[in-house]
Amino acid sequence: MDTSRLTRVGECEWSLEPTGAMRVPGRIFGDDRLVEDMGDEVLQQVANVASLPGIVRASMAMPDAHWGYGFPIGGVAAFDPAQGGVVSAGGVGFDISCGVRAMRTGLTADDLPGRLPALADALFREIPAGVGRRGALRLSRPRMDDLLAGGARWAVDAGYGEAADLDRIEHGGRVEGADPAAVSDEAKRRQEEEIGTLGSGNHYLEIQVVEDVTDEALAAAFGFRRGDALLSIHCGSRGLGHQVATDYMKSMLRAAARHGIALPDRQLACAPVESDEGRAYLGAMRAAANCALANRQVLGHLARRVLARLAPRAEPALIYDVSHNFCSEETHEVDGAPRRLFVHRKGATASRPPGHARLPASLRDAGQPVLIGGSMGTPSFVLAGAPGSAKAFFSALHGAGRSMSRHDATRRWQGRDVVRDLERRGILLRGGSMRGVAEEAPGAYKDVERVVSAAVAAGLARRVARLAPRACVKG
Amino acid sequence: MTAARWEHFPHPADVGVRGWGATPAEAFEQAALAMTAVTVDPARIEPRERVAVACEAPDLESLFVEWMSSLIREADARRMLFSRFEAAIEGGALRGAAYGEPVDPARHETAAGVKGATYAELRVRRLDDGRWLAQCVLDV
Repeated sequence: MDTSRLTRVGECEWSLEPTGAMRVPGRIFGDDRLVEDMGDEVLQQVANVASLPGIVRASMAMPDAHWGYGFPIGGVAAFDPAQGGVVSAGGVGFDISCGVRAMRTGLTADDLPGRLPALADALFREIPAGVGRRGALRLSRPRMDDLLAGGARWAVDAGYGEAADLDRIEHGGRVEGADPAAVSDEAKRRQEEEIGTLGSGNHYLEIQVVEDVTDEALAAAFGFRRGDALLSIHCGSRGLGHQVATDYMKSMLRAAARHGIALPDRQLACAPVESDEGRAYLGAMRAAANCALANRQVLGHLARRVLARLAPRAEPALIYDVSHNFCSEETHEVDGAPRRLFVHRKGATASRPPGHARLPASLRDAGQPVLIGGSMGTPSFVLAGAPGSAKAFFSALHGAGRSMSRHDATRRWQGRDVVRDLERRGILLRGGSMRGVAEEAPGAYKDVERVVSAAVAAGLARRVARLAPRACVKG
Repeated sequence: MTAARWEHFPHPADVGVRGWGATPAEAFEQAALAMTAVTVDPARIEPRERVAVACEAPDLESLFVEWMSSLIREADARRMLFSRFEAAIEGGALRGAAYGEPVDPARHETAAGVKGATYAELRVRRLDDGRWLAQCVLDV
């Protein structure tokens, strides 16, 4: 990216002054190198989002931002319905409420050497992963509608996991305002047998070890300490969410034309929040988010069942479950007055600071856990929401972010070499085709350590712990 | 047999697919093959079951996204992979079919599945050499 177009406003914060159709400035978080490496396309996408009606304050890009479609991946933008603000299906993306769930396994690093291969084998065997795999549940339409209204709460009521989990899931496990009737029959048909499946691509289940703790008090508040073995799941709303996005992209293209909204890129298709199309999408998107919450709850239960068998004395507990593709209705203070906004986070998570009203009592003093997924073979991070994230509508980054296309990754690496390299470093890999492994090679992602440091320097989050992968299950 | 073919093109987020053909419909068929190749080697898939596909849109580019979205939906809902495609376009309507078989993890060695067809880098146009091109970026 040509940084001469940007004004530096902080160590890791840059402003893109409005030009052309931009209604607000762009705000980009990252150090010199990250911003340079983002590419001009990210800047263009930030500028395009800034031109949408009702956008408030700035169109933002997190330090892990990369070229997406419509919005950049790592994009954050808030819209005010009182100012004609919009909701955009492209601004949430295809994998609605894709997110990361981390749980303490009850084991420690010292327990792993003898157990890890059997644990990885059992997780791979019992958690359906990969294209076309079916889950154990087959949902009738009425039951599907209950799931779409109930999210992880539905899953707990159906016997998957424990009520105590709900406290550690964003939205208390259920997004309010879901409208199962706004979800097409096609979308429901795709989900009939997909609950409790991991998916493919960059989705994973990992066993990780807490190798470094920066803030012991926060780690304790979240429920883990140095040396603990954690289990993390990266997964989303599966076929149902993909179909909701596909359906509403189409209806929002028509809606944008009807409402006279000029789209610099068709992938930014949107509708006013206060319109029939906008309301229908919000109802369907929230239902899809509940599908993702239920899915991760069922996957967490399946993983816990494996742990109970192989390590019966371990006591697993959920640390947190956070979404990174979502549009959330929130109240934020803008220019000294509270305003009801629709905050799009596409490849970005919420990062709520201590004392935030949306946090459960058990996390009120600590702030929200912000889970940063690494890629296979690279570390993951646990951060905590920070007051400085207020400038980004209490948002932070979601992961390393790709630095190289899948296409280029397969030219550069052989899957077999990637597996061998991981094994040499003591990381077991289960599942995944050799090509899939090459596409997801750790070198195809940005330096996650650098991305996290930039977010911390920008005040978006506080550092809590670094997690090293030990076993990775892929689809 | 015309010189119809397909390829992938890089996109930082995911992957672009394009197909060429003597007609728009043939370019659509080839791009669909390119989409299958994102997930699996098409040569591993037996085209033994036929699934009918029909869609419509106000213009050719939107119709292409509809065609690709319909194939993604049918493959996912039926747990199938497709390796042969037929499309016929008349006005704003496409009637066609995809041929394939249920996913067999042991035999197919699938990589990433496709989540959606996007409007990014979307082009359907006639090239200077007379061939038709159809392309878009897929979310995987």
